[in-house]
Amino acid sequence: MSERNDRLSVFKTYKLYVGGKFPRSESGRVYEVTTRTSAAGTASRDKGKGSWLANAPLSSRKDARDAVVAARKAFGGWSGATAYNRGQILYRIAEMLEGRREQFVREVADAEGLSKSKAAAQVDAAIDRWVWYAGWTDKIAQVLGGANPVAGPYFNLSTPEPTGVVAVLAPQESSFLGLVSVIAPVIATGNTAVVIASENSPLPALSLGEVLATSDLPGGVVNILSGRTGEIAAPLAAHLDVNGIDLAGADAALAKELEIAAAENLKRVLRPGPLDLAADPGTHRMTAFLETKTVWHPTGALGTSGSSY
Amino acid sequence: MSTNTLALPDVTASDQALRRFLHGLPGVDPVGLEARAASLGTRSIKTTAKAYAIDLAISMIDLTTLEGADTPGKVRSLAAKAMRPDPTDRDTPATAAVCVYPDMVATAKETLKGSGVKVASVATAFPAGRAALDVKLADVRDAVAAGADEIDMVIDRGAFLAGKYLKVYDEIRAVKDASGSARLKVIFETGELSTYDNIRRASWLGMIAGADFIKTSTGKVAVNATPSNTLLMLEAVRDFRQQTGVQVGVKPAGGIRTTKDAIKFLVLVNETVGADWLDNHWFRFGASSLLNDLLMQRQKLATGRYSGPDYVTVD
Repeated sequence: MSERNDRLSVFKTYKLYVGGKFPRSESGRVYEVTTRTSAAGTASRDKGKGSWLANAPLSSRKDARDAVVAARKAFGGWSGATAYNRGQILYRIAEMLEGRREQFVREVADAEGLSKSKAAAQVDAAIDRWVWYAGWTDKIAQVLGGANPVAGPYFNLSTPEPTGVVAVLAPQESSFLGLVSVIAPVIATGNTAVVIASENSPLPALSLGEVLATSDLPGGVVNILSGRTGEIAAPLAAHLDVNGIDLAGADAALAKELEIAAAENLKRVLRPGPLDLAADPGTHRMTAFLETKTVWHPTGALGTSGSSY
Repeated sequence: MSTNTLALPDVTASDQALRRFLHGLPGVDPVGLEARAASLGTRSIKTTAKAYAIDLAISMIDLTTLEGADTPGKVRSLAAKAMRPDPTDRDTPATAAVCVYPDMVATAKETLKGSGVKVASVATAFPAGRAALDVKLADVRDAVAAGADEIDMVIDRGAFLAGKYLKVYDEIRAVKDASGSARLKVIFETGELSTYDNIRRASWLGMIAGADFIKTSTGKVAVNATPSNTLLMLEAVRDFRQQTGVQVGVKPAGGIRTTKDAIKFLVLVNETVGADWLDNHWFRFGASSLLNDLLMQRQKLATGRYSGPDYVTVD
């Protein structure tokens, strides 16, 4: 390194991830992202601000609008893909993350003020979480769906179906494990997502976009925006073409306001709650954005002998 | 154009005279044309101006369905949509016309009776235009007899590109006669004319032959209406009116899908030919999916919430 000190530094331009592409914010705005010096996650967001890391795009409502269009466009293909195929792709994301582990450890350590080893534990847990949800894609239907007993000569089958486009407010404190823990369950079941990264620590999320772009995940299935959570979330909560919203990253006041806006077109709302990232994730984040479709189906023409076969 | 006083009958006296006239039109500077069209596309139209533009654009649409799979039911539902594009908001203006194949004119006409929405019919062996003249004329007469208010004809691009301008001219004249009182829109299929010079020549040829409207394209080829070719045609109708006093309408068709695009075209109209053309008697959009985007933008302006495709009809 020392003999190369005369090299000019090459800074990375962090960009949004929308529709499989990496645009800047439509507004052209950026904001400064700094390191967090204390891991405590203090109540006041300004406390514990450290040195400059990078400029992140400060998304506008029009970026949110474009992201919804991209997510809607991707929904047909993604929800129509076989569960097995979705599982393969989610597993592929874990594989690609594994290859860029060092980068994410560094970014998470900077973003959350963690030591290298603690950050590494977070990244490992996040990778494992992708694998966990990859396994769920073709099993959730067996758990939630079923053949219902009916008093008649027909079958009655219930299957879980994805809700559509889901707006996801990523947790503010856990910039990567928290992010993965809210994105993976939404897309595992066939929804597409518009994700608002942690406001003060968006860099791991923006880098995740680069991983998703190279993981066979169709463009538009996950769209990642950085900026002021309140500014981007408001138009998404009111958007009539968004079908669900995960409020994990909203504080109580914002969550209330967004839930009111979301009522206009009866969005499915997942309220913010304590997020224990170390615990078994369970299925509730998946079931929050599923709806059950029930169909009946005749067993076949009844033969003259009374048998249906 | 500078010194030509344009005694119109003379230029069509012979094939040579017509060729001399059309090839004597000033050449088009493609770089300048595209730069001009692009720079006019950067205007920012917001709030009340945008609301006005959206309503104006809706009122200029020729709501079109030209598929082999068109059924009477589909035409009826399209006609219903043309009369009342947004059933949740009765202030939404109706579209200018419904554009269908000749055999669907009667169905459309019946549904639209008394609404003021016109019926336009493509004719003359649309979209290729590869048929004998009497077949084309029969096609036109059928459509007119069924009640079409407007006829959208295609020119014979083969003859035009081969330089047989008089043949194209005669054909347009014949179709114009066959159309009777129906207004005639002449489609050049600009995507097949290769050069901007050809588009300018075709525009003049069409206008001299008596077109009421000149129209960019059929919507059936790769390149349809673009801001550049529409700007060029707008300049042609402007110059034509200056020289002859006759006003001709313009209809870009195909590929205009978003409100943003439509507003760019309206800016082109206003800046090139002025407010005289900002009316659905003189400017039309040939489109189908554009209407839904305009309606969604209209709902956004009215409510402040982004709308979605669930809130407009599926065509």
